[in-house]
Amino acid sequence: MDIETRHILECLEQDARVTHEEIATLTGLPVEDVSKRIKELEDIGVIRKYRAIVDWDLAGDEHVYAIIELKVTLERNLGYQAIAERLYKFPEVRSVRLLSGQYDLSLTVMGKTMKEVAFFVAEKISTIEQVQHTTTHFVLKTYKEDGVILQEQEETSRLVVTP
Amino acid sequence: MNDRCDPERFVADVMTKVPPSGIRKYFDLASGIEGVISLGVGEPDFVTPWHIREACIHSLESGKTSYTSNFGLLELREEIAKLYSQEHCVHYDPASEILVMSGVSEALDVAIRAITNPGDEIIVPQPAYVAYVPSVMFAGGVPVPVITHLENNFKLTAEDLEKAITPRTKALIINYPNNPTGATMDRKDLEAIAKVASEHDIMVISDEVYECLTYNGKHTCFSSIEGMKDRTILLNGFSKAYAMTGFRLAYALAPSPIINAMMRIHQYCMLCAPITAQVGAIEALRNGNEEMQRMIRDYDRRRHLIISGLNRIGLECYEPKGAFYAFPSVKNTGLTSEEFAERLLHEQKVVTIPGDVFGPAGEGFLRCSYATSKEQIVEALDRMKRFVGTL
Repeated sequence: MDIETRHILECLEQDARVTHEEIATLTGLPVEDVSKRIKELEDIGVIRKYRAIVDWDLAGDEHVYAIIELKVTLERNLGYQAIAERLYKFPEVRSVRLLSGQYDLSLTVMGKTMKEVAFFVAEKISTIEQVQHTTTHFVLKTYKEDGVILQEQEETSRLVVTP
Repeated sequence: MNDRCDPERFVADVMTKVPPSGIRKYFDLASGIEGVISLGVGEPDFVTPWHIREACIHSLESGKTSYTSNFGLLELREEIAKLYSQEHCVHYDPASEILVMSGVSEALDVAIRAITNPGDEIIVPQPAYVAYVPSVMFAGGVPVPVITHLENNFKLTAEDLEKAITPRTKALIINYPNNPTGATMDRKDLEAIAKVASEHDIMVISDEVYECLTYNGKHTCFSSIEGMKDRTILLNGFSKAYAMTGFRLAYALAPSPIINAMMRIHQYCMLCAPITAQVGAIEALRNGNEEMQRMIRDYDRRRHLIISGLNRIGLECYEPKGAFYAFPSVKNTGLTSEEFAERLLHEQKVVTIPGDVFGPAGEGFLRCSYATSKEQIVEALDRMKRFVGTL
């Protein structure tokens, strides 16, 4: 990756709403060049999506999240990909990761209530043939999400003028 | 007997010749005003990366609260030596050629005192960081200004330097990347200066605290130029590169007789740099590169933002290649630097530092720090535009 591409990606990562003109100003690149590069990054999938990080609790629409650990048995000719595909099709499943260590897959599941999440896991996940074992951990509080701290931060104060 | 006493008469004569930093005045002016946006800050707006702070906390928890060697922790000096070998191919002996100190400000004062006899002339290219001239005067030396010009992108030229040299010249102080102009000097430029230094047999104190903030291109450290290691006192620190201003940590690299002389001053006036800061510095050198590069890329984007913005407003600004300062000209507004800065502060609540604070050569210019958030820079530029519109 060249330095210009890194600059563009960092601009977008900090603020997905930044305009191509603003990126051009920040990087010193011509705006056409910025647009062309962003189009390419979108086309090849480096940029997957633009979205807001929402604090739903604060918005008053409280959700329940749970981390689900899954142990699975693999079938002949079917790797983790097949089971991952079955899992990620559920909209309740917000993330699917294959992990090293004690268990195989980690899911983040979202629901309205703990009961709803528990039933979803019991009915939809545990019943999948390859799933051997599940452990559900409910999320009690999120302090940081995708690199963003979800708490009011104390301002660190610099002097207004320094040498 | 008259027992009334005027304490003023005890103050040394030299103090009357050294006024407080002109920057101080703007601090006082701005402090009383609500809602100011400051482009007057000469320090990073980032907080020290967490892994560095965490290393310091751990060192406190494990009871590292003692003095260290006068030279600084050997482990830190070894990391510094390694850095210079790897990055600049210049080799310093951790045992005798490196001195860890409390900030480049201390290092500068001690370096000048270590080499200055009364009446020695020290050349200071201007505009210059506010501490250079007073430090020379405190040491009993005579500061000799050399003007650098916008036409040369504020680089020091060998020709101008040569004109300022007399038989009493002891040393030259250079500072690239430069505060306040943001100017840099590449290897070729520095080689010309090195040639003059050799011919006239003078020392060079090179303050390279902004080294890491060099955009497009690599910084050349002065002692890496052939023949210069023996006549260079190189000063560098952690404040700018790792956002560690409050830690007060820096170092001097120089030939061992000079380090030895500097150590004797440092030993009696400071004893050693704070151990917690030294532990943080070790962590910074070992694991701080990625965070530092991220901060530098951020500064680079803000640099583009502020330079294009200032030029659009009509405040002509050359492209500074280092540090985090833009140095636009206000000459076409018909105002002096000071009038411009004061009126801008009162009328639009934007703090900038007038160029003349950095010596008469800075008159007609303004120092605008872009070590502040993108949003603040955009707002400051809007306000400056409004202000220029009223002139």
